Amino acid sequence: MEAFQQMLSQAGWAQGMQPWALSGLAMLFAGGTILGGVAVGAMFFIWTERKVAGYIQSRYGPMYVGHFHGVLQSIADGVKLLLKEDIWPTDADKFLFRIAPLLVFTGAFLSFVVLPFGPDFVGASLDIGLFYAFATSSLVVMGVIAAGWGSNNKWSLYGAMRGAAQVISYEIPLGLAVLPVVMSVGSLNLGTLAEAQRGWLWSWHLFNPIFFVSFVIYLISSLAEVNRVPFDLPETESELVSGYHTEYTGMKFAFFFLGEYADMFVVSAIAVSVFLGGWYTGIPAVDAFVPAPLVFILKSVFLVFVQIWLRWTLPRLRVDQLMYVCWKVFIPLSLANLFIYGLIRSMVG
Amino acid sequence: MILPKLQHAPASRPGDRARTMKSELLHINMGPQHPSTHGVLRLFITTDGEVVHSVTPYIGYLHRCAEKKAEGNTYHQYIVYTDRMDYLSAMNSNWGYCMAVEKLMEINGMGVEIPEYAEYVRVIIAELNRIASHLIAFGTYGLDIGAMTPFFHALREREAILNIFEKVCGARLMYSYYVVGGVKWDIPPDALEEIELFVKLFPDKLREYNELLTTNKIFVERTANVGVIDEDLAVAYGCTGPVLRGAGVKWDLRKDQGYSIYDRFDFEIPVGGGDMGTVGDCWDRYWVRMLEMEQSLAIVEQALQQMPREGEIMAEMPRRLKIPNSEVFFRSECPKGELGFYILSDGGDVPFRCKVRSPAFHNLHVIEEVGAGQMISDLVATVGSLDLVLGEIDR
Repeated sequence: MEAFQQMLSQAGWAQGMQPWALSGLAMLFAGGTILGGVAVGAMFFIWTERKVAGYIQSRYGPMYVGHFHGVLQSIADGVKLLLKEDIWPTDADKFLFRIAPLLVFTGAFLSFVVLPFGPDFVGASLDIGLFYAFATSSLVVMGVIAAGWGSNNKWSLYGAMRGAAQVISYEIPLGLAVLPVVMSVGSLNLGTLAEAQRGWLWSWHLFNPIFFVSFVIYLISSLAEVNRVPFDLPETESELVSGYHTEYTGMKFAFFFLGEYADMFVVSAIAVSVFLGGWYTGIPAVDAFVPAPLVFILKSVFLVFVQIWLRWTLPRLRVDQLMYVCWKVFIPLSLANLFIYGLIRSMVG
Repeated sequence: MILPKLQHAPASRPGDRARTMKSELLHINMGPQHPSTHGVLRLFITTDGEVVHSVTPYIGYLHRCAEKKAEGNTYHQYIVYTDRMDYLSAMNSNWGYCMAVEKLMEINGMGVEIPEYAEYVRVIIAELNRIASHLIAFGTYGLDIGAMTPFFHALREREAILNIFEKVCGARLMYSYYVVGGVKWDIPPDALEEIELFVKLFPDKLREYNELLTTNKIFVERTANVGVIDEDLAVAYGCTGPVLRGAGVKWDLRKDQGYSIYDRFDFEIPVGGGDMGTVGDCWDRYWVRMLEMEQSLAIVEQALQQMPREGEIMAEMPRRLKIPNSEVFFRSECPKGELGFYILSDGGDVPFRCKVRSPAFHNLHVIEEVGAGQMISDLVATVGSLDLVLGEIDR
């Protein structure tokens, strides 16, 4: 945001402008940039997902729209969804039904504000960035519950209940897993956490044994957090038809879709900035001339690819097994991890 | 339909807390349009949260009066209707019906001698169809559990079989290839080569499936100890095929009744042994199907070796088949289980009555007993493991 403010002043726009107007304008620009990035990024991930799924399943995926490997397929889909009829189920709770997709998308979108794409390439460098990101991404579950309840469909309600139980449960190991790193760096600011990993590859948090356990817990919990296979219980198309978004059509459905893919990127980006060295390549000499956002985005895209890869390989868990993994495995494990790290810190100093 | 009266779920454990936390049963229709009911099966379930209290299957959405139609069609004309019963293994249904008619003729002294060559062709094609049917069972079971990729891999191999069938009889789903007295056409040489190639390549693919799904930890967790149909239950409900064999009962009509030329081949009857959990759980039924594919492949391989180079494909048959008043009930081992045809003739050229005993119909009944008390996800897994085809249940 500061960068935008600076740009605006340099361009001469700031003359005769009140400071609050200037910062408001900068805010709008920053928000617009993020929104555009989220939408385009999500579309790219949808296309990637379809291509990766295709190759995993020995077929091609989209091939026609846009001449080269169906690159414009997502845009064609978006246009199709825009033109579709907006169907309301009879007796749907109109308010909740309408607000749900917006909540889901907003939750995903808000988290983008704190993602550190580079040293000074961040929407808002908040001191509680990590906490903020977790908080906003749990807004998604509100949307899920609203969608399930508002649809007036029993299967959707099942999806919503599962979603609520799952996301709320998995937030605990997710938060506990990153705590050792936070303890070590002493900050919740995502930029500072990434900054702490400057230097050679082994200074990444991933290569610390304690943090590695954290990383594994984080990665698996984040799959549950964004409802991906093997934890895609809220939507389980073979059990709950499509779960909470069964009744949605057109753009409302598109918002759920965009929200899901944006969320995938958010959890990956947090993992990158906390564990995988943020925007650093791991070789100090290379860092000087490689653009930081490129490194950051590439790393995040790789983690998104891992999520896609898992989705098309694994079956899904049952709801009680899901809860078992969370409450009986991950939470004790992450607590123990946190305790051991604290013990080492207090002894070594 | 009259809904059962809504009642409070019994408290799970005695105590104040359980008594004050009242939960109501929820009535849900699973199907007839539902992704995991494999067609138009409608399961009426009452649930208490995630736990299923009772399951009632309602059928009839695909009823086409197939049995009644037999009374207006000649013995030969009825073959096309057997295609539409178990449409995933139409060859086996065709064969079962043709053998029933042949048996009826034999009873009346009109015995037809099926040429040896034709018998081999029948066995090879039927076993290939069994593999194709089990591939669909394997693939869709993966879908039910949430793994999508195995389905595409299974369809890829099924495609090879369908290509063979297309060369053999021109059709890919509704074959009507078997006729009373033999088969309709000879296997063309290039199709024979393709079968040989398939036999050579398929074991590798089976290994791939086992790596991808069978031994997957999550898959085992989802299917082992789930939907247990033990020996007594399976026998009491008249379950047959992989459902019965999954329960540990060694019963296969190809050996125990010994029709056609199955006594010439060396093959095993795989039974469920509770390798991953209890005998007769979903994993066992699934595993029996995987093993059966191997055995079918072995039969095809042996048949290809023993088969005479060429020969008659059809016995001498009367132009108009008229069978004196008599009855027959003939069962054959289809991929889903025992398919039985009861035919009553009255001297005309059409059957007086034709009753079909379809395996999936009897396998489905057991869901009422097994489904109650499971979780919704387990119910999906159990229904999937029964490998139902609604075309056969409703007829």
